[in-house]
Amino acid sequence: MDITRKLEILADAAKYDASCASSGAARKDSRGSAGVGSTGGMGICHSYTPDGRCVSLMKVLMTNACLYDCHYCINRRSSNVTRARFTPDEVVKLTLDFYKRNYIEGLFLSSGIIRSADHTMELVIEVARKLREVHQFRGYIHLKTIPEASQELIALAGRYADRISINVELPSQQSLNTLAPEKNLARTEEAMGHIRGKIEERHAEKRKPDAPKPPPFATGQSTQMLVGADASTDAVILGCADKLYTSHRLRRVYYSAFSPIPEPSSILPLKAPPLIREHRLYQADWLLRFYEFKVEEIASTAAPNLDLALDPKLSWALRNRATFPVDVNKAPRELLLRIPGLGVRNVERILAARRYTRLRLADLVRLRLQMKKLLPFITTADHHPARLGLDSDSLRARFLPPPEQLEINFDAPPIPATSDFFSVRSGEL
Amino acid sequence: MRTILIEPEYEAWRAAARQLLAQGVAPEEVLWTDDRQEASLFVGESPPDSAAVQGASAIKVPAAFMDLARSVAAHTDARRWGLLYRVLWRLTRGAERHLLAMATDRDVRQLQDWGKAVGRDIHKMHAFVRFRLVGTDVATGREQFVAWFEPEHRIVRLAAPFFEKRFAGMDWSILTPYECAHWDGTRLHFTAGVSRSSAPDEDALDDLWRTYYRNIFNPARVKISAMQSEMPKKYWKNLPEASLIAGLIAESTGRVQGMLETEERAAKPAPNNAYLKSLHAMNQSEAAAQNHESDLA
Ligand code: SF4
Repeated sequence: MDITRKLEILADAAKYDASCASSGAARKDSRGSAGVGSTGGMGICHSYTPDGRCVSLMKVLMTNACLYDCHYCINRRSSNVTRARFTPDEVVKLTLDFYKRNYIEGLFLSSGIIRSADHTMELVIEVARKLREVHQFRGYIHLKTIPEASQELIALAGRYADRISINVELPSQQSLNTLAPEKNLARTEEAMGHIRGKIEERHAEKRKPDAPKPPPFATGQSTQMLVGADASTDAVILGCADKLYTSHRLRRVYYSAFSPIPEPSSILPLKAPPLIREHRLYQADWLLRFYEFKVEEIASTAAPNLDLALDPKLSWALRNRATFPVDVNKAPRELLLRIPGLGVRNVERILAARRYTRLRLADLVRLRLQMKKLLPFITTADHHPARLGLDSDSLRARFLPPPEQLEINFDAPPIPATSDFFSVRSGEL
Repeated sequence: MRTILIEPEYEAWRAAARQLLAQGVAPEEVLWTDDRQEASLFVGESPPDSAAVQGASAIKVPAAFMDLARSVAAHTDARRWGLLYRVLWRLTRGAERHLLAMATDRDVRQLQDWGKAVGRDIHKMHAFVRFRLVGTDVATGREQFVAWFEPEHRIVRLAAPFFEKRFAGMDWSILTPYECAHWDGTRLHFTAGVSRSSAPDEDALDDLWRTYYRNIFNPARVKISAMQSEMPKKYWKNLPEASLIAGLIAESTGRVQGMLETEERAAKPAPNNAYLKSLHAMNQSEAAAQNHESDLA
């Protein structure tokens, strides 16, 4: 099989992994070496495909042969897809050739599981080792790891990679039992716990000035959860994400709408990818991480699913009208963050500016805020929203998109509206 | 009113602005231009000689302003020099030292917008430059690459250090219509702009890159506006992969339809593999342990 054919198969096999992030790595570059590569700061999206996703890393599998039978996955053993396998040198060469042309930020390498977890990890690690040690490659490397692989191998993967990840895939063991019978949530979390330990060890030792340099280790770990393949509610999904953020300090949880694949499983019939739901989950995730919201405030036991028609912050505000209006000239930061249509950056701008002036509506217009969204929820020096009807039933209706946009038409999936504080177009937000 | 003619560069503006500020020349009294022809319509004046004015170095300006000014200077809007000077004046002589904290101020907002546009242009240059291999240096054995890029603003010098850090191990040139950057392993230097025909059109790897692009695209989730807002059409002509976009969009519906019509595959039994067996055993004993726990509860 020639390299073009292999690349076709092994890129196609990798595309259901949403993460393509290349940010958050330690600062390093190629100056003074014969190699290429640099990381640190914001990752760069070198291209975008018509699915709106960013192309940052070359995302491929080592092989798409797999012992497991995850029913949402095109590579499962029950699929009749053509199988291919890269040699480590082929991946190394592709990565370097693509990198030197500035097509990519680095490599995201994953693999179907062949022979055993350890054997598969060894193949993946060998690519990273060659890139780093033989070619002095300083670009971004993200390695997918397998929870059942030995700790030594995970440590080795972390030594070469900037980021490592293990996908939880589904938020409950019950769902995994049906859809990914080989996978186990407890073991995944245990492995994440070990990785967290290693990441923190490295950071802690770095702080001591005289201590010997700790072995390099990835600066972050992330994971992915499938949305819409099982019956889990948004409350369950967000609860699982929140737990991963707090107990294992994950950098990112990616939500991936279950998408039709060319090799459907009889256990998991194909359906339209729930793109709006995925979008709302990313917004909710953002609220958890940067807006000091709690899961129960966004998705409760009583209402476990997000409102698909409105963004979760606006939806929360409409359910908690007693909190509003908020005075932008006086309210503390936490409260400003709760105002629909006001993002973190603009909250900072408001806090800075109001030290010197009493903010008026014209000031907010100059910040280019979404005034229509904002007005019912704020007071300024020259605006009090009483007449805009915080109490009125029609307030919610004012924010609803026209009804036809709510239907998910499979042939032409609607494009979710992006709000100012957030945009989901890729792994990188 | 005096007209100040400068080179379209941050350093030139800074030198002139310092002098004017030291002399106490108010912003309303200055007409800035970096266009020689325009300047000749007025009684053009070169910036005052820096040595001639005393005390210019004593003016304290927030560091954040100098960073912002450096970006804004790279913008192509002709009004930027005058606005930079006005904000500088307000920060110093106008005693509005906190001015930069006022994103609600019209002048500050305008500078920030220009700075942001320049920052975005730099970011897009880092993203969308495509190097083409043109040869190998016989003496050093280093590969040599050339890229063509058309930035919107005058950002080559601001964007170049990134490429130096990232591509230290290869020789490269980035050609643009107004200025070119070159790296030979030891020195970054700049030359005048050239025309597009000076740069190679293709690279042998472009086909393989298109193969990757075609296959990483998921036809089941088309979101064209998201793609275009991050990768506006104006960049497409210099991106080898962009020629695929129309075709990928056109095929996507049919491809998804094909998936939906495909017969569902039945689950295959597990192959005879020791690792898989151990995994299933582990899963079963864990499930049993959990059941046991819930029995007790
Ligand atoms: S382990 Fe599961 S998800 Fe991963 S490649 Fe194999 S079948 Fe797909």
